[in-house]
Amino acid sequence: MLRSAMRHQSVFFLVLRRMRMPLILLVTSMAISVLGLTLVPGIGEDGEPRRLGFFEAFYFVSYTATTIGFGEVPYSFSPQQRLWVIITIYLSVVGWTYTLGTLIGLLSDRNLRHAFALERFARAVRHLREPFYLVCGYGETGRLICRALDQMGRRAVVVEIDETRMAEIDLHEHRADIPAVCADAGRPEILRLAGLIHRDCAGVIALTNDDHTNLAIAISARLLATHVPALCRAERREVAANMASFGTRHIINPFERFGETLGLALRTPSAWMLLRWLTGFRYSRHTTDSVPPRGRWIVCGHGRFAAGLIDVMDDEALEITIIDPDPPDEIDHRWVVGDATGEVTLLRAGVREADGIIAGTNSDLDNLSIVVTARELNPALFVIARQNRYANRDLFTVLNAEISVVPSEVIANECLSILATPLFLPFKLAVRAASEPWCAHQLDRLTRLIGEERPDIWGVTIDAAQAEALTRWLAEGREVRIGDLLLAPARRDSALRCAVLYLKRADGEALLVPADDTPLRRGDELLLASAAGCRSELELSMANEHTLTYVLTGEEVAGGRLWQMLGGKRKTLAADRR
Amino acid sequence: MVAAMNLEKVVFGFFIMLAATLNFGFFVGDIENPAHHDVYELFAALVVSMIATLLKLGDRTQIGAVHLATSLVADLQLLAASMVWGYASHVSAGGLDPEMTARIVSLSGGALFANIVSVVILISETILQRR
Repeated sequence: MLRSAMRHQSVFFLVLRRMRMPLILLVTSMAISVLGLTLVPGIGEDGEPRRLGFFEAFYFVSYTATTIGFGEVPYSFSPQQRLWVIITIYLSVVGWTYTLGTLIGLLSDRNLRHAFALERFARAVRHLREPFYLVCGYGETGRLICRALDQMGRRAVVVEIDETRMAEIDLHEHRADIPAVCADAGRPEILRLAGLIHRDCAGVIALTNDDHTNLAIAISARLLATHVPALCRAERREVAANMASFGTRHIINPFERFGETLGLALRTPSAWMLLRWLTGFRYSRHTTDSVPPRGRWIVCGHGRFAAGLIDVMDDEALEITIIDPDPPDEIDHRWVVGDATGEVTLLRAGVREADGIIAGTNSDLDNLSIVVTARELNPALFVIARQNRYANRDLFTVLNAEISVVPSEVIANECLSILATPLFLPFKLAVRAASEPWCAHQLDRLTRLIGEERPDIWGVTIDAAQAEALTRWLAEGREVRIGDLLLAPARRDSALRCAVLYLKRADGEALLVPADDTPLRRGDELLLASAAGCRSELELSMANEHTLTYVLTGEEVAGGRLWQMLGGKRKTLAADRR
Repeated sequence: MVAAMNLEKVVFGFFIMLAATLNFGFFVGDIENPAHHDVYELFAALVVSMIATLLKLGDRTQIGAVHLATSLVADLQLLAASMVWGYASHVSAGGLDPEMTARIVSLSGGALFANIVSVVILISETILQRR
């Protein structure tokens, strides 16, 4: 805070220092003009010689120098006075022009404007009084994340190095104001100004295009704000390893992530489908052809994306043909040298006999062209298309590939699931390790319960803040099982379309998809999936005493005290009669 | 180490000294007697004091800040004195009478004190630098 105050002062002093010379010249020219005017002889009304006093001279020079010009007061000037006034005019006009010119030049100075902008930004961040996320890089991913954070009602602060992207922040409509600055996020003092050490900083998200900048952000976050979790994008393995070496909590490599996903799809298709359904794709139990086949594959391109997939497919022992114009020296797969967009090259790679194709070049147009050509040659192909730019999504939607991979979306989804539902990550890892039959069973059970549409994924902690009534109920020593709670608060004979995916006890014990008879305890963290609208019903049951009593016991508790007393009397009467 | 003489410091010292001497020149004399206090000297003291202030602008050191502050005080006092003079000689019915003169001179006396402080700072700064 002290440092930022000093920065502000340095801007102020810079302006003063630059204005020093013009102001001195202005004062000097005014002083000479006034002094001269008091010395030059004039003629009074009555023809007597008379000189102007300082008061009149200053008055005259003031309105002449500023080009207001009221004329010759208090008397008509003598020729000598007029001669001096000519000098005065040129002297003072030059003085004023120089001063104003310097001031305007100074205010339009790029560096100075940047310094002012930085200062305004730092002040806006300093005055934030609610938790916020520091988002470094406002590219496609940053935009997705900022929009999602905004919708979740969380604040964000943006640092972006590119001015045109910065300007877009104002164009995108956000509910809350997003303080943003155009600066290099790799510099620790910028991160500091952006609130890295602010007590309300809830996390740092490093999403810049440059791996080394992301690395610098990770290091700064680790050293300057140890308690603040950092989510960092890293596309090169060595950078990711470097980040991991000093304990960066979440490293997101979009290409590796997709490689893992593909590996999962090939190994345990049901686990893949389950996670895919939970993260936003409609599941349909009637179509089974959306699972990548274990067969012959053609991989177009040999960049970071394709290389990751090839490793995964090698592990699964699939037959691969790679199409790329420049193969490496050591070839360990079947290579077709050429441009994958051409029909001839695709035929040489055996597109007619292949089961799947991966359009994985770093050009969206090439990928679109590959898919269209390949599908004409073999309509039954399973297509995985890489979409590099989010802006091309309309084209890829029409293309309707079996799987479209958008790196920016992969990163954004991962970040958001970490931020909004921290339990989703351990859940995902547990599902990955689970067996195929178990996953198939859960997928079937959950989609029957919740429906085939994308479920709402959310987390809740059983404490006084989030589940007041339930916490009190548990504190009284009464037992609540998961199955008892997940009933509709309007009619308790029907179950809520809601399921607990993951349960984490306060003592660290974790249960994957706990059974209905699992007892709940205070301090439990739950990850839930629910159909649209069921979330608010369950939240009501957990927070409201009466609703909870009804859901758990079936007893209708009357609302007010009077009704409660009457209710109590009626209950005792009923007991007497029995 | 002996600091090299540079023009900037000469100009700076010159204006500070000149502001103090002009101010003193205006101040000395019978406090109520307008004949002892020349308005040209007041004008010169005001202008030189303002230039001295401007010369101090933008100095970020602690001593520079004190310099600027005392100088601003001197400016303010002299400006007030000039305004009283303007009022006395052009607006008030009594003209430049002893009472008004006393006011003007006492205001400039305050400015003189600030100017003396400025000079003391200048000298002490120089002595400290020589060490």
